[in-house]
Amino acid sequence: MKNILEFIENSALRYPDKLAVADENGGLTYGQMEKLSRQIGAWIYEKTDGDKNKPVAVLLDKKPESVAAYMGVVYSGNFYVVLDAEMPVSRAESILGTLKPVAVVTDTGHMDKAQELNSRDVQADGCQGQDTETNEVFRILNLDELDAEADQSVLGTVRKKAIDTDPVYALFTSGSTGVPKGAVVSHRNIIAYIDWYTEAFDIDEHTIFGSQTPFYFSMSVSDLYSTLKNGATLYIIPKAYFTFPMKLMEFMNTYRINTIYWVPSALQIVANYKLFQYAQLPELKKVLFAGEVMPTKPLNYWIQNLPDAMYANLFGPTETTDICTYYVVDREFADDEPLPMGRACNNCDVFVLDENGREVSPEIDPETGFSHEGELYARGSFVALGYFGNAEKTREAFVQNPLNPNYPELVYKTGDLVKYNRYGELVYVCRKDYQIKHMGYRIELGEIEAAAGAIDGIRSYACIYDDAADKILFIYEGKKKDETELLKAFQERVPHYMEPNRFVRVTSMPHNANGKIDRKRLKAEYAQH
Amino acid sequence: MEELLKILNEVKPGVDYENETDLIGHGVLDSITMVTLVLQLSDEFDVDISPVDITPENFKTVQTIYDMIQRLEDE
Repeated sequence: MKNILEFIENSALRYPDKLAVADENGGLTYGQMEKLSRQIGAWIYEKTDGDKNKPVAVLLDKKPESVAAYMGVVYSGNFYVVLDAEMPVSRAESILGTLKPVAVVTDTGHMDKAQELNSRDVQADGCQGQDTETNEVFRILNLDELDAEADQSVLGTVRKKAIDTDPVYALFTSGSTGVPKGAVVSHRNIIAYIDWYTEAFDIDEHTIFGSQTPFYFSMSVSDLYSTLKNGATLYIIPKAYFTFPMKLMEFMNTYRINTIYWVPSALQIVANYKLFQYAQLPELKKVLFAGEVMPTKPLNYWIQNLPDAMYANLFGPTETTDICTYYVVDREFADDEPLPMGRACNNCDVFVLDENGREVSPEIDPETGFSHEGELYARGSFVALGYFGNAEKTREAFVQNPLNPNYPELVYKTGDLVKYNRYGELVYVCRKDYQIKHMGYRIELGEIEAAAGAIDGIRSYACIYDDAADKILFIYEGKKKDETELLKAFQERVPHYMEPNRFVRVTSMPHNANGKIDRKRLKAEYAQH
Repeated sequence: MEELLKILNEVKPGVDYENETDLIGHGVLDSITMVTLVLQLSDEFDVDISPVDITPENFKTVQTIYDMIQRLEDE
């Protein structure tokens, strides 16, 4: 197998009338998905004059037809970039400026937005297109005006020329400098990655996913492509149902969702409202999560109420397609005990290098119960091709394997600090740039945060280091707590030099676009300048 | 009512709550804001807002939230 389109083609042969992707308004069967994708592919090919391996942005809501649009782009011989329809114009401009897509596929409902982006881009770019009749930088293709009769005979030729290292999509993640970076992911990446995902979690034609993550987020790659490969069904959960939790439970049961792969904050909603007191989820068999650290306390709430389900903690960046290590929960964890991120996925290898570039051994320091720490590297077929149009950032993160001086081998440097526990499992420490030096000690703020997990009445929390004042801030949302009581909780769990110096209670924790706690904003707001 | 407006402004500042006609449809209350708001209201008014009460109807405007709290206080 060399092309991800074989996923839908094979499933369309085996299950032509089975739903592939659906929402409350209906869905597309595998037969319909393949047919529509081919039509869109031929149409894009015609409109873009047969461009190859060029970016085509897709500006649509999260719905079944969007998947056909992505597949259509791949049929046309190009690769897709999912644009968040709600993203701020400045971010969209930044992405489109880097990307210079040959076309943007959209629908009538998003035409205004697409046109706005097109004209703004011209202004920002000054000289481009000034003297021509139209100021268009990219073509806008309105899916509602799809020419279903476009000549499909070209698709065979396109496919014949395609190879498995051709790109399928580029996915933009926020860079620390504020300029989004687009990780380019190939057919080979997805095929290798989805082989592992399918095997590790036993995904098959009986799997029914309840999809939570947006299509512009790398986690959606896992449930979407493992669905298409295995003839499963993906139900898109309306975003609003996470606001109205009983609707969420109803949806899960109506569509008999048996597998979920959500961000921890979505799982926490269920725990915060204690939803299992009001409704059960008898069909749900697999609860998978990734994207940020899953606090152990809400996970324990799930396990207590749904004890027979499989729980797994997945870890990885967009640059390794989605995931590089995982841990299936197989023992009990105290509320203040962090979950490990486990071991490398099948057909992916990870290793840990210390600051001198030497490999960290899993040997345990008896005093801490953990090994030394170091930076995590990943190698193998999951590792993306690089960042689109950004040679500098690509060179920084996709490097020659430091352990291999003999032949070219690019590995991905994750920027994450990790260590081994006594089981030989990897444990997440923090981002490399999130490690601080305080009172002469090297401290990981994540460890302080893990200790806070056991404090009652606190819903959400983050540790921030105020460099200017050399103070550790503990910021929390929840019931107002007495400072001495809080301090006591930390004294019982972390060494004195790791105790927070200041406690700040906020009414509402800020979150970024991906639903993660916005630490940059917290720091800007509460640290001294 | 004043207390309710105070809480809303704390949970999510910068919204003209008194004149807002659709807190849900206009995207003021998202999932994470809702969790915070509900727990905050339960604490401050000492009422038990269960997930069953968290509906688009009850959280449409300040007035509907207020009515819901009154109802729950009487229970």
